[in-house]
Amino acid sequence: MSGEGMTGPGPDERPHPEGRRNLEGHRIDPVVEAEHDVRRAVISALVEDEPGVLARVSGLVSRRQFNIESLTVGPTTVEGHSRITMVVEETDPGIDQIEKQMAKLKPVISVGEVSGDAVTSELVLLKVTGDEPDKVHAVAEMYDGQTLDAGPETITVQLTGDESKIDDAIDAFGQFGIVEIARTGQTALARGNIPTAPGEKPATAGEPTTPTSQ
Amino acid sequence: MSDSAAHPREEGADADAATDTDGPDPTDGTDPSVEETPPTGDPIETVTTGAESVVAALEAAGAETAFGVQGGAIMPVYDALYNSSIRHVMMAHEQGAAHAADAYGVVAGEPGLCLATSGPGATNLVTGIADADMDSDAMLALTGQVPTDFVGNDAFQETDTVGVTRPVTKHNYFASDADSVGDVVGEAFALSSVGRPGPTLVDLPKDVTLDETDEEPGDAEAPAGTDPDPSARADAVEAAARAIESADKPVCLFGGGVIKGEASETAREFARTYEIPVVTTMPGIGSFPEDDELCLSWAGMHGTGYANMAITHTDCLVAVGTRFDDRLTGGIDTFAPEAEVVHIDIDPAEISKNVYADYPLVGDAATVLEQLDGAIDTTPAADDWREQCRAWKETYPMTYAAPDDEPLKPQFVVEAFDEATDDDTIVTTGVGQHQMWASQFWTYTEPRTWVSSHGLGTMGYGLPAAIGARMAADAMDEPDRDVICFDGDGSLLMTMQELSVAVRENLNITVAVLNNEYIGMVRQWQDAFFEGRHMASEYNWMPEFDKLAEAFGALGIRVDGYDEVAPAVEEALAYDGPAVVDFHVDPEENVLPMVPSGGANGRFALSEDQL
Repeated sequence: MSGEGMTGPGPDERPHPEGRRNLEGHRIDPVVEAEHDVRRAVISALVEDEPGVLARVSGLVSRRQFNIESLTVGPTTVEGHSRITMVVEETDPGIDQIEKQMAKLKPVISVGEVSGDAVTSELVLLKVTGDEPDKVHAVAEMYDGQTLDAGPETITVQLTGDESKIDDAIDAFGQFGIVEIARTGQTALARGNIPTAPGEKPATAGEPTTPTSQ
Repeated sequence: MSDSAAHPREEGADADAATDTDGPDPTDGTDPSVEETPPTGDPIETVTTGAESVVAALEAAGAETAFGVQGGAIMPVYDALYNSSIRHVMMAHEQGAAHAADAYGVVAGEPGLCLATSGPGATNLVTGIADADMDSDAMLALTGQVPTDFVGNDAFQETDTVGVTRPVTKHNYFASDADSVGDVVGEAFALSSVGRPGPTLVDLPKDVTLDETDEEPGDAEAPAGTDPDPSARADAVEAAARAIESADKPVCLFGGGVIKGEASETAREFARTYEIPVVTTMPGIGSFPEDDELCLSWAGMHGTGYANMAITHTDCLVAVGTRFDDRLTGGIDTFAPEAEVVHIDIDPAEISKNVYADYPLVGDAATVLEQLDGAIDTTPAADDWREQCRAWKETYPMTYAAPDDEPLKPQFVVEAFDEATDDDTIVTTGVGQHQMWASQFWTYTEPRTWVSSHGLGTMGYGLPAAIGARMAADAMDEPDRDVICFDGDGSLLMTMQELSVAVRENLNITVAVLNNEYIGMVRQWQDAFFEGRHMASEYNWMPEFDKLAEAFGALGIRVDGYDEVAPAVEEALAYDGPAVVDFHVDPEENVLPMVPSGGANGRFALSEDQL
């Protein structure tokens, strides 16, 4: 037996193209690389309310390393359908992947990003020390909060609103010493006649919210 | 094989004959109350239990063969299989059952079917399910589960199978009642093959399969909305057509999706019509004939030099049914860096996942290629480019040195089998160096003849896959096709127990062990990147596989030199039943060319010192 080993010019002797791709696989100018900024996006999904659906969604998010800030889930007016709202911090291609991977889950009926001017809200329960009840009530009033429990040691306040309002309120309550806090995470609906999840038909109680197209 | 080693199938002939009569001999002294009625082999006529509904649904869906291992929680389903048209192959280990089912599906082009009991049975399946998931292979796994009332109580052999397999299945189900279980199984079977294929699983609590029901399962239908539109958007097709027409250096990249989408014929016609050089991915091997002038074989870490040159310098990459795995792309920054990418895929999530698609075409491979064919008006002017690709074939030939003073080269063994067999021969492999040589030095010309573990890279895949492939070929009435498993010594040791199945079923397969007494690919990497420190890659002792084969009841042959190769190949192929040939090959041989992990495809190394 004989034969030659592999022949041909070595790696340094071959021509190599000048071009490059960035980490997301886009062709780029090798000198000026365009970077995608991370942004916040609210993603809403209409899902079949079957056992394990939340585990499927959260498992997907964790195994594909998507950055999520919050995830809420709750029933809709249609029996058997739930809405999942996720706030994510990702690049545009990352947001695109989340939507596409979510859409592949069998129980997901429809999924999409909620447009920037959507109505978003969050509920927060805040427990602060009860040393200065009058001041606490005053701050609570300023942020349209409600006092749910007031005792000699602590006062518990409920707040609702969009992210910036909640952040401001938490800052303001900080002066009393926050003992405990519980936040639900943002939930959202699109404004006007725009469907919250793509293709979702406007529904009244009892009528099925089926997407017009998949 | 010596004459004294009578084949177990010959000894078993009497037992076979017994099943052809009206039952066991009543005079043999066994208790008449446990007399066994022979199986009918006919489909289930009337459903009386959940388990029978499961089997009836499988029969209605067209399942012909199942691979599995018995156990407590799955026993009702097995009992229902007793009188069924489905042929069951009893495997040695559940991992083998999953791999066999996977390979059966790859060869037959329909979902494979595997069964296991709860707990360890189900967890043993997981590797095989994950393998099918990574390679987008259609497969249905049925697992037994503890009775519904015991679920969540840490009962004997309880595992949260649905939870464990959720990340590695396309979808999985927990059967809730006997009335609906047949429909659920039918749906899971159908779902596994619609759109982008993948494994599905149904977990079957024992009470669900034991409970009485007279509900006949309906037709197996995938859930609404899971069967995607086969056509791409017309405007996107037009745009892609213009890009292809104006390309100077076009390349077609055919992935596994071409084969799974039954698009090989269309893809061949497309590339030939427009005279576009073809590169395949590893799972795409066989989609385009490797002996065709246009074919550059497969690209990637151990792909051919010419495929990697072409894919590096192309200005228009027509990629069909590929997910741009990192073993194909190398470093993303240098992958086809100057190419506009036309990406055809049935799964929209693959578009621009790893490589940005300038022209995304979501749809069925064959349908979209036909759409493109209708939209392209002129063949790209690429004479110079084709000439360049042809020249690269001459510049970087796939050769290997085989000096007389060195041991037998593994590449020679692969070539010897290729020469001795027909084009329709099915090759299965484990994972490692032998897998690369089997893909590099065999000329594949037909789809569904290359069966390997690509995405997951599961050592031990080869032998159970050969069993599945053999069963598929036989089920397709193609008993004359050869099935050859190229395996490594390390790989074979992981699933060797399945040889008992091949002997019991008298399956005509040949296992060619490329034995280098190393976990060879690890040894190669240690030499290249870890200063030759052979930590846990060197076997100080390997069993003698030829003798082991004989102990199993198979034909065993040992080969040490070049002159023994041809006779051994001939004897193994001629043998009626499983044959194992233990080729003792050069332990120091490396797989080349090689693109280091994350490196540029165009900088493939042709020798170790270039790494």
